[in-house]
Amino acid sequence: MFTNRYIFIYSSVMVIIVAAILSTAAMVLKPYQERNIAIAKIQGILLAADTVASADNAEALFNQIILEELVIDQDGKVTGRFSKGQLTDGNDRAFDLSLKKELYNKRQDNPYKVPLYIAETDSGKIFIIPLLGKGLWGPIYGNISLKADMSTIYGAEFGNDKETPGLGAEISGRGFALQFLGKTIFNEQGQFVSITVKKGGVGTMPADARIHGVDAISGGTITSDAVTKMLENCLENYVAYFKSQQ
Amino acid sequence: MSTEKTEREPLFSPKYRKLLTTPLGRENPITVQVLGICSALAVTAKLEPAFVMAISVMAVMGIGNVVIAALRNTIPPRIRIIVQLVVIAALVILVDQILKAFAYDVSKQLSVFVGLIITNCIIMGRFEAFAMANKVWPSFLDGIGNALGYGWILIVVAFFRELLGSGTIWGYAVIPSSWYIDNGGFYSNNGMMILPPMALITVGVIIWVQRKRDPELIEEN
Repeated sequence: MFTNRYIFIYSSVMVIIVAAILSTAAMVLKPYQERNIAIAKIQGILLAADTVASADNAEALFNQIILEELVIDQDGKVTGRFSKGQLTDGNDRAFDLSLKKELYNKRQDNPYKVPLYIAETDSGKIFIIPLLGKGLWGPIYGNISLKADMSTIYGAEFGNDKETPGLGAEISGRGFALQFLGKTIFNEQGQFVSITVKKGGVGTMPADARIHGVDAISGGTITSDAVTKMLENCLENYVAYFKSQQ
Repeated sequence: MSTEKTEREPLFSPKYRKLLTTPLGRENPITVQVLGICSALAVTAKLEPAFVMAISVMAVMGIGNVVIAALRNTIPPRIRIIVQLVVIAALVILVDQILKAFAYDVSKQLSVFVGLIITNCIIMGRFEAFAMANKVWPSFLDGIGNALGYGWILIVVAFFRELLGSGTIWGYAVIPSSWYIDNGGFYSNNGMMILPPMALITVGVIIWVQRKRDPELIEEN
């Protein structure tokens, strides 16, 4: 028979050993994981610029394609500029901004900053905007790029951590993202309308609104609505900047 | 020196081989013991996550059974469930961390399922029913066998759900696009197949086929 004393000692020792193993593993593996996350971020940005990068060439391609990284404040003013590996204006690099923190500041009505990447492609300059939002079970994110007119979508890419596979998680598929190409975020009067992910399909929208809509995912309505919300919440931060550039 | 030698069983004696093979059929964790159903519903909308889930469960179950079997004589019965849970949770977190560091793409697909492994009743069921009472090697075989039994059901269910629900296999389209109604054809994917209830029905069909072929599984009532 085991005494209480034995049980206490046994469980304490077990927990300490497990904790030691897990924290060692976490510490040893952290640099690799952070590098993977940074590379995934770069790959996402490049995908919105219609460039598929592997883990090995992502950084090189990023340096080659991205002309400038801008930090834009809530009033649409540029407060940081980073290009060709150098900070030329301000003291923030857009790539190092935490979108999560900035969107939190926005919700709290505090001053906030958002990153914008400007890239050169065969069809001219494009503006790449990172996205972050709340899905059904966890975060959803992505990147969307606009053509030089600052309204027509050039490329898009979405990802998720915890959406239901086969349903909400389908937003990460290329098929969903490709629907966005050619849609516009401003209407003909120049008002910001964002993009709506429409349950039942764009066919159910008024004819003049279809250019601002894409089809939702069957069985993934909540995630689809979350994408709509994310797009509006993230894109609207750039409206003032785009207006000032036109 | 003693001349008496205890007979060691060969590593793959018929008895040990049976540990590997019975969970595939007659003692299948899903279709006969009806364990691990919840994850079988959740991860089988597509073939690829189902496959990765099967592999991960195999890793956790093989190693977990070995750890529990090695410790079996030291574990106080009163806290054995807690010990088993700690072992499972630690292994699952370890697997997740390693995947995140060295196979980031796979880990992104797995994220949700890794957590689900902890709640997989097959694993605790095998710890409790087998590893607590057997030596290390047979426990290892038992773990792998049960993971295989779980895995093949998952893969079969996912195959049919993905084929009928999305018209793809492993993400590749197999139904010619000209067949679809949208393109003037006659075919349409069955959206119901990607919803969880259809996994239950698919598992039900597998159980039906299995019992038809092996009448000994049918309970008297």
